[in-house]
Amino acid sequence: MPAPAQRRIVFRHIDEPGYTSDLACYVRHGGYEMLKKAVGMPPPAIVDEVKRSGLRGRGGAGFPCGVKWTLLDRKSGKPIYLIVNADESEPGTFKDRSIIHQDPHQLIEAMMISSWANNVKQAYIYIRGEFPQGARILERAIAEARAANFCGPNILGTNYGCEVYVHRGAGAYICGEETGLIESLEGKRPYPRIKPPYFPAVLGLYQCPTIVNNVETLCHVKHILEIGGDAFALIGAPNNTGTRILCVSGHVRKPGSYEFEVGKITLGELLNDVCGGPLPGRKFKAVIPGGSSAKVLKFGETFTLKNKDGSTRTLTVEDIPMDFDTMAACGTMGGSGGVIVMDDSVNMVEALANINAFYAHESCGQCTPCREGSLWMKKITARMVHGTARAGDGALLKSVADQIAGRTICAFGEACAWPAQSFVQKFGDEFKAYPETKKAAKPAGALELV
Amino acid sequence: MKLKPETLRRIDEVIPHYPVKRSAVLPVLHLVQEDAGCISPEATEWVAQKLDLQPINVYEIVTFYPMFRQQPIGRRHVKVCRTLSCALMGGYKACEAFEQEFNTHRGATSLDGEVTIEFVECLASCGTAPVVMIDDELHERVDAAKAKALSDQIKQEAAQRR
Ligand SMILES: Cc1cc2nc3c(=O)[nH]c(=O)nc-3n(C[C@H](O)[C@H](O)[C@H](O)COP(=O)(O)O)c2cc1C
Ligand code: SF4
Ligand code: FES
Repeated sequence: MPAPAQRRIVFRHIDEPGYTSDLACYVRHGGYEMLKKAVGMPPPAIVDEVKRSGLRGRGGAGFPCGVKWTLLDRKSGKPIYLIVNADESEPGTFKDRSIIHQDPHQLIEAMMISSWANNVKQAYIYIRGEFPQGARILERAIAEARAANFCGPNILGTNYGCEVYVHRGAGAYICGEETGLIESLEGKRPYPRIKPPYFPAVLGLYQCPTIVNNVETLCHVKHILEIGGDAFALIGAPNNTGTRILCVSGHVRKPGSYEFEVGKITLGELLNDVCGGPLPGRKFKAVIPGGSSAKVLKFGETFTLKNKDGSTRTLTVEDIPMDFDTMAACGTMGGSGGVIVMDDSVNMVEALANINAFYAHESCGQCTPCREGSLWMKKITARMVHGTARAGDGALLKSVADQIAGRTICAFGEACAWPAQSFVQKFGDEFKAYPETKKAAKPAGALELV
Repeated sequence: MKLKPETLRRIDEVIPHYPVKRSAVLPVLHLVQEDAGCISPEATEWVAQKLDLQPINVYEIVTFYPMFRQQPIGRRHVKVCRTLSCALMGGYKACEAFEQEFNTHRGATSLDGEVTIEFVECLASCGTAPVVMIDDELHERVDAAKAKALSDQIKQEAAQRR
């Protein structure tokens, strides 16, 4: 059976020849019509559509967007803020960049609809520092939208106004974590806050109720308004509704970002049919399905899952549908949609060493298990790669990872433990081989990962 | 602290974007660094005063965020992505190619002060790996040949300036 066709909703105009990022082009393609519709609706009706749509967050955790909006403390009398998480720093993820660069007005329209729905008067786009061009594109788009009354004071002639500002980060991954992001936006070190009590919906930016949503999540709000929450809920799979953008990188013939109905395509179809399969002469070995902090899947392993009626089914890695729930049932996560593929040329110890170096670099340093543990894990895998590992290093690696997960302020703890735990569990042989095998001389031109 | 009038104008423009002045510390530091090349102790004090903060409040920002630097770097900044997807597609080779072209090392500046090479973490363009940012511009699928071509271009531009 051929893979299902892409269903491009958020990405409808991405990579379309002749489509430009300016307001005129956006309006020519029906832009800001949904904002016009929105300001004619009572705000709670929009929140209700989003709730009924079942839309789940595309930033990593997959939390239902409508529920998040409902949790907002609307009685405090404090201003409500909206923050777009455009930090896009989970390794393997590169979708928000395309939206920002090629279709910035889609994001701004979605932000203004969401702001109207939640009585937000001030909104920020927190964009990672490494997107200087993206920041300029957004700033230009905001100026255009403001001049046309799509944002700023008196939106579309109403007495409702909302200002939008672009705020650039400065190269720290932890600013993607929503409470770290808020601290950063307040002008501090991005140390994540403890939840409870600091749920952004109640005590967010400046201790005011705050919505933090990913770029892609918010863009969907515009399309939910267009077709209605119930119709949106019919796209994709139950509890995993809508479309989502899957970013494929690493060892496939056609890497790139593709938009599919959630759960309507399997990992095998994505990698083999859509992405053209492995590179010539190679075989798939492993895949990280939801950004580098998701647990790795090993080609050849199988998963036995319970059906609703109590019976069971067995899935191979290729059989796993790209949705939140099945991914979780298979012990990993859909996460940010970043699919990183590794073939049989990859030494898994080196791959983990690469990942560990990332997390050791990015830990904010607030909690001891994360700060020390991420560094230990980096050092252990580096020893392995350099042929100076000690007896028992494989077990030590796992034990350090086990002592981080669940013992930290923010989910970075899990994010850095899960790769180590899953690599050691699934590719134990390669880790056990140390230190017995001293650093083997690498053939010239061999792949280097650390 | 000598900043260009344009920088000062943009700083005054950005501060009211926030209900609390302190929030402007990242944008102000970006503007200062773009103008002055790095954040000197003098700049740290200037920014603190501008935002009604203590110098330590600014210093802790400068030392935490990787994009801020306290020392000047080369005229051109070559940032090679080090993270997994890029490494899988030859990111380390791309970095080595630049190192050879400019006879320097990652984390260091070429002797003529022209180029600083740095390894950075995922640049969110993993599908076109390996990627390299030169100043503000992203370059995709940078294999050895492309690294050479980009290096030649940098050298040419440097020669023209001299
Ligand atoms: C360590 C860490 C890094 C994160 N990085 C990002 C990121 O770069 N972009 C993003 O949208 N969400 C990121 N998140 C998730 C956010 O904390 C938050 O869940 C998300 O912005 C919520 O938006 P959503 O519900 O629309 O997905 C990260 C979370 C953690 C724990
Ligand atoms: S888990 Fe790590 S990143 Fe998160 S707050 Fe603790 S030290 Fe910082
Ligand atoms: S790993 Fe290099 S851009 Fe993401």
